[in-house]
Amino acid sequence: MANKYLVFIEQRNGAVKKSSYEAASAAAELASKVSGTVEGIAIGNDIEGLQKFGISKIHHFKNADLLNYSPSAYTEIISKFFNENGFDSLFFGATAMGKDLAPRTAVHIDAGLAIDCVALNIAENEIIATRPVFAGKALIDLKITSPKKVFALRPNVFNANASSGSAEISLHEVQSPNLKVKVTELKKSEGKLDVAEADIIVSGGRGMKGPEHFKLVEELADVLGAACGASRAAVDAGWRPHGEQVGQTGKTVSPNLYVALGISGAIQHLAGMRSSKYIVAVNKDKDAPIFQIADYGIVGDLFEVVPAMINEIKKIKS
Amino acid sequence: MKIAVCVSHVPDTAAKINIGSDGKSIDQNGVTFVVNPYDEFAIEEALKTKEKFGGETVAISLGGDANKETLRKALAMGIDNAVLLKDEGYRDSGSVAKALADEIRQQGTELVFFGKQSVDFDNSVIGQMTSELLGYNCVSVAVSFSLEGTSVKCEREIEGGKEVVETTLPAVITAQKGLNEPRYASLKGIMAAKKKEIAEKSPSPAANYAEIVGMKKPASKQAGKIVGTDSSAVPELVRLLREEAKVI
Repeated sequence: MANKYLVFIEQRNGAVKKSSYEAASAAAELASKVSGTVEGIAIGNDIEGLQKFGISKIHHFKNADLLNYSPSAYTEIISKFFNENGFDSLFFGATAMGKDLAPRTAVHIDAGLAIDCVALNIAENEIIATRPVFAGKALIDLKITSPKKVFALRPNVFNANASSGSAEISLHEVQSPNLKVKVTELKKSEGKLDVAEADIIVSGGRGMKGPEHFKLVEELADVLGAACGASRAAVDAGWRPHGEQVGQTGKTVSPNLYVALGISGAIQHLAGMRSSKYIVAVNKDKDAPIFQIADYGIVGDLFEVVPAMINEIKKIKS
Repeated sequence: MKIAVCVSHVPDTAAKINIGSDGKSIDQNGVTFVVNPYDEFAIEEALKTKEKFGGETVAISLGGDANKETLRKALAMGIDNAVLLKDEGYRDSGSVAKALADEIRQQGTELVFFGKQSVDFDNSVIGQMTSELLGYNCVSVAVSFSLEGTSVKCEREIEGGKEVVETTLPAVITAQKGLNEPRYASLKGIMAAKKKEIAEKSPSPAANYAEIVGMKKPASKQAGKIVGTDSSAVPELVRLLREEAKVI
């Protein structure tokens, strides 16, 4: 096995995603254990910051029509480059784009696939991928048995060792990309951080008692620089959009800090956030299951506690 | 138009998951199985599309006899036909996609809906893989879908927003929550579904490219510290977050 790795480097609007640095770092670490090599592939138009990747060579496939994502074009470009250059493993960040692309390219290059990996280890010279199943209620160790392999790494789990280094950039002009499926417009939620990418999340549940009280969640998120999340109860009641839902039928998250306000901790919610590094819970019910996994808890009235938290954090931040 | 919807039969999200004696699968004792929640959005979108443009709908599921329960639910909601690809053994995602792609090819459907992921193995890849095997276009994680002639326009959910994706039939669409409000099966639908025949077929064999070498429960988290019972505990909480956890 040549252990020749390729990492997909994702950009949106010319800016590289943090999860791509994480995937590159993880691939570089694996390669160092098996005397492998790592190269990167980026697709887009003008891309900033490609040099600082900790890997020696990055191939930039450029075309003005590729600024926005095109599943068909990206799949073809990556698969062709992978096959023509004798790579054996392909790494993605398991972002919205990575999760769309990884399975498509896996079919094109005839590879086995491990998606949403939270750990990659080497055993007997093979990569063993650990990934959550049942929304994190269990973990499986997966061994890809085909010669070619695709891994997609869950964002915010692997360390990104940003290097000051200067990768060699090899520019490939793309002629008439396959745009059978293409993104024609991006609709950003105004200035909002997404729970899937945030370092800190403040979530509200049924205990918020109504949509009007989510102002408190938003204010606390604001002073912490956090994303707003919600429990399924709050989303199903129509208080918050589904994009904010954390849990088994929402997003599975692992931020540094997860603050649960008025969330009792149904099993499907805990499954989606239990891998957060620190968990804070504020709930009136001392027997709420959320306290069984919280690092710090306040058993009390959130309508009294949360305004005090906002003030205290404002104080220390000023 | 012929429309297919692929459905899976999964443990209820409220189920506690324990590891089976083989150490590689779950212990199914006492676990209730349901239609995969995302597949309900896929079924609803298939029905709405048929209501608008006419045609025929078929639900396809890969698994054991237990999956018939999920296929009956699809029939009760209004799907016309159901096919069980009967195979109880382990299949990795690529092998599942190959079996589904072969059946879809036989059915000759040009529009296929999936749930964006099954809440058992959480792969979120089967729809995309199936589309590539068929040479169909694909939009994953769709929160809106519209069809005009053969032109497809969807919005798909991404980090912090949505992207508008345009493509053409034949196509595979994977459904995210928010795509629609799934209907409840009517009593008449439930009665009719009981009488319908579920076609049983043997899926085409396909090699697995991955194997599960172990399954475990996540490390249990120790319950932490109750800092207090009202706002007087807040300064201590914030101190702990700064000095002990170092997260703010």
